[in-house]
Amino acid sequence: MTQSIFSHQLENGLVVLGERMMWLESTAFSFLIPAGYTREAVEQQGLANLTTDMMQRGCGRRDSRQFVEDLELLGADTSSNAGVTFSGYSGSMPAESLHDTLAIYADLIRRPHLPEDQFEDSQSFCILEAKGLEDDLPQLAMNELRRRSYPAPFGRHGVGTVDSLSSLTPASVKTFWESHYQPKGAILSVAGNFDWDKLLSQVDELFGDWQAKDIQGIEETDPIGNYGHIPHESSQTQIGISYPAVPCDHDDYYLARAAVGVLSDGMSSRLFTEVRENRGLCYTVSAAYHALKDRAAVMCYAGTTSERAQETLDVTLSEIQKLSAGITEDELRRLKARLKTALIMQQESSRARSAMLAGDWYYLERCRPMQEISDQIDGLACDEINKYVAANPASDFTIVTLGENSLENSVGVSADDA
Amino acid sequence: MEFQQTTLDNGLEIIAECNSKAYSCAVGFFVRTGSRDEDSSLHGVSHFLEHMAFKGTPTRSAADVNRELDEIGSAANAYTSEEHTVYHAAMLPEYLERGIDILSDMMRPSLREDDFETEKQVILEEIAKYDDQPPFGAYERIMEIHFGDHSLSRSVLGTIESVKALTAAQMQDYFRKRYSASNMVLVGSGKIDFDEFVKMAEQRCTEWDTFDASRNTERAPAHFAESTIEKDIANQQYVIQACSGPSAEEPERFAARMLSLIIGDDSGSRMFWDLIDSGRAEWAGMSPHEYQGTGLFLSYLCCAPEDCQENLQIVNGIIEAVQQEGVTEKELLQARSKICSHVVLRGERPMSRLYDIGSEWLQRRKYQTLREMADGYRNVSLEDIAKTVEKFPLNKRSTVTVVPAT
Repeated sequence: MTQSIFSHQLENGLVVLGERMMWLESTAFSFLIPAGYTREAVEQQGLANLTTDMMQRGCGRRDSRQFVEDLELLGADTSSNAGVTFSGYSGSMPAESLHDTLAIYADLIRRPHLPEDQFEDSQSFCILEAKGLEDDLPQLAMNELRRRSYPAPFGRHGVGTVDSLSSLTPASVKTFWESHYQPKGAILSVAGNFDWDKLLSQVDELFGDWQAKDIQGIEETDPIGNYGHIPHESSQTQIGISYPAVPCDHDDYYLARAAVGVLSDGMSSRLFTEVRENRGLCYTVSAAYHALKDRAAVMCYAGTTSERAQETLDVTLSEIQKLSAGITEDELRRLKARLKTALIMQQESSRARSAMLAGDWYYLERCRPMQEISDQIDGLACDEINKYVAANPASDFTIVTLGENSLENSVGVSADDA
Repeated sequence: MEFQQTTLDNGLEIIAECNSKAYSCAVGFFVRTGSRDEDSSLHGVSHFLEHMAFKGTPTRSAADVNRELDEIGSAANAYTSEEHTVYHAAMLPEYLERGIDILSDMMRPSLREDDFETEKQVILEEIAKYDDQPPFGAYERIMEIHFGDHSLSRSVLGTIESVKALTAAQMQDYFRKRYSASNMVLVGSGKIDFDEFVKMAEQRCTEWDTFDASRNTERAPAHFAESTIEKDIANQQYVIQACSGPSAEEPERFAARMLSLIIGDDSGSRMFWDLIDSGRAEWAGMSPHEYQGTGLFLSYLCCAPEDCQENLQIVNGIIEAVQQEGVTEKELLQARSKICSHVVLRGERPMSRLYDIGSEWLQRRKYQTLREMADGYRNVSLEDIAKTVEKFPLNKRSTVTVVPAT
């Protein structure tokens, strides 16, 4: 696996990352701006998301229609989202469109119109999104699980509430943009078929004179109770379970990830086998590693009809707890095969690689060559994983249920109302 | 990229787009069977059978199938539609033979009684899961209205009652009537040596039976009506509308796709500007759906209940304007760039190409290069669009609305 990975930091702090994949016809970029929803005041929840919508309503010499039309003529498939730490803008496109697309995004980031006459449209759309969440029960349950798993503001979700969104004004958006759209802490990654020197010179031209600002710390509040039940007249009961895990830069990271993999990665994983295949309790059951910069958690989900919800919770918890008794050589061999395959297949996707580069830089402050990840996977040993899971059994559970009845649990998590 | 094809003596077709530069390969069995091949007593059996293929064969238990698919590091899955059932896996080239060994074995499943009963619970959970998503039921109802007593009116999943009533014996019978070697295509894409690929299939698939599994593909007459579904758990209001569209065989399908992009793509379309950008609706869109012998356009809307009537008027206004005045050259140009870029980007992943070439072969028995695919869309003219809406009037439609229960 030979790779050409590049990195460069502008004087203003903007980090530029690149990976050349000359066998592709496409190029993709990810632009992370340190304007995530943990930067919102508590009464302004949803502001980061509303700002990303407003940012795309005209910039530089383009009004909102021209902005969309120009991107479509370039063949750029773009998206945006407001995450925990960053507001992200990304896109993939035919390789020859990269530079024109980046020029448009420089206008978007630095010279947005934030048109006041479109504010109400943007606000209405965000309110609809918040209301729409009420019809997405798995998401509602998992949002509540996150809220209880991390201290505020890290446990928030980005959409906001009808009340918080209704209180926002054009001035709130402008202030949020002025305060948080800045190069210090921002990451631009590009992967695919492109020339690094040409990219750097363009980035310098577009962003070299962008002024940096200080980044303020984020104040955390105490976490709330660790069992919540949301009563609902749904057919299924939604179950969310979480427990803390080591963060990405921890020495035991690969061991912890491997343990989650044995639990939920693949059709022969323990949760799929015991909950779905052997008992037919669920259509969907999963566990995933969820990382913030300095902390992480394993988040599990299962959805099942109400009369089988108690058994589903019991079996799922039991499988999570059984992990501490160790995994088998066969389980590890299968996991390695799946991880290696997924890694190699990343070479077929400029989009996947650009996201991976930016993520690595944020979590680890460097980009891991694929060979290093491959070596780490090869080096995983059963006895080391077993020592790790024995010394670090899953504990400090948080549980959320949404459905007809609240459920009992065997892990000492006591109930309160969500 | 090089396309190759052959047919085994028992009628199993093998096609592949071989790309020596790819890092991975993808393979799949594409079976010409789905909910349109069911009668009312078998409603849901195609999809249920797709699940049962993972539950074991004469030489493999359900756990063996899952374990072995993971051992080769594959990303494997399956799906069922009205007309197709597809079993697929993406993997590294060194695992290709094992991948084919497992997938081909799955095509002769045991359909054991005890596995059948356990998996029935999973299907019922799948139906319950969708039942908690408020738009669910609207698509099923509009297909019922549009296709009347034609078998395309039946949902892929089946209903709780129809799935509960199914027996393993009925499924075995359905399998024997539909999974003929000549009704299936083995498709490959990515880093594949075609000669080796064919040998692997010959060693495993030559004993499969061949029998007639043809279906009636006459155009189903369209029906039009309005219907409302009350849903206890809905907060938003959902509308779905259907009108006739080109079938999989009709040349207008390219224009239909361009038309849908211009009217209802999720960005830059008429619906986007008038409903999403303006903050009136959470989502709105339009898409063409092609089947053998028939087709339709579906349009969707989700918004607050109090705004629904007004928004629906906007949707219908957009459709009426296109019906009467057509689209503009500028819109067509934009749609061309969008679709051609989409085609190129999809071409980079063997798994995406597998769907494209497999579906193309099942529907039209044709292979298209990426360029030919892009050209099909690039060549659509304003006149083609005008002819398409004349042949398939967008304003002759059915409407189903899901409203929160009062």
